[in-house]
Amino acid sequence: MADKPRIKLPKEAAKGEIIQIKTLVSHVMESGQRKDAQGKVIPRKIINKFACEFNGKPVFSCALEPAISANPYIQFDAKVDEAGTFKFSWTDDDGTVITAEEKIALKV
Amino acid sequence: MKAINRRQAFALGGGFVMLTLMPMAADAEVTNDAAKWIEKFTSGKQPAKGKISLDLPEIAENGNTVPLSINIESPMTAESYVRDVLIIADGNPNAGVATLSFTPLSGKAEASIRIRLATTQNVVAVAKMSDGTLFTEQKTVKVTIGGCGG
Repeated sequence: MADKPRIKLPKEAAKGEIIQIKTLVSHVMESGQRKDAQGKVIPRKIINKFACEFNGKPVFSCALEPAISANPYIQFDAKVDEAGTFKFSWTDDDGTVITAEEKIALKV
Repeated sequence: MKAINRRQAFALGGGFVMLTLMPMAADAEVTNDAAKWIEKFTSGKQPAKGKISLDLPEIAENGNTVPLSINIESPMTAESYVRDVLIIADGNPNAGVATLSFTPLSGKAEASIRIRLATTQNVVAVAKMSDGTLFTEQKTVKVTIGGCGG
């Protein structure tokens, strides 16, 4: 199964600050276009949805198609008004969901 | 039947000009269902140019990972923000690349992803604002080694 996703974001932020979040998850993102040595089509297997929530509220999400590179890297921003937890989820074609969490504190 | 008055004639003429100009705007040939994707996203409305800055390399040596950055001008408040952004590649086997969904909590309508491009083609972004207005931008990327199939 896939390795632990890598997520980069600051440990703390000022109230109202916009922070940048970088995520990377290991995944083949098999497009369903390629053929194996026997000429058979390798079935599609991709992460088709990524979502990020902060304290239960949606921040950013995206629907992904086979045109996304292997080991999908997604970078986006988030506005931090309170301390809390970011929850990340990557949904695979086969239904498995890779999840991760990161906490952020407010600067004092 | 009622004769077409002057105003209607102008509206018709304008629509016709848009239709005929659109395919010419593309440098590379459209080889997939890109138009369908865009139509589904915009529900047939014509997006305006502007507000979006789409950052892609002019020449991509490896079509397997082409960095794409997008930044849309918006205050990103609860009243006015960018809701969805559709990204399309018009020369790939499938036109769809990604649909990004922002919220006011995103702070900025900015994102970076890495995409696959099969061949030299246009990458099109269409943004839908919270008030329903649409904006579009496109970039041509020359691809040396394709990123699909093999």
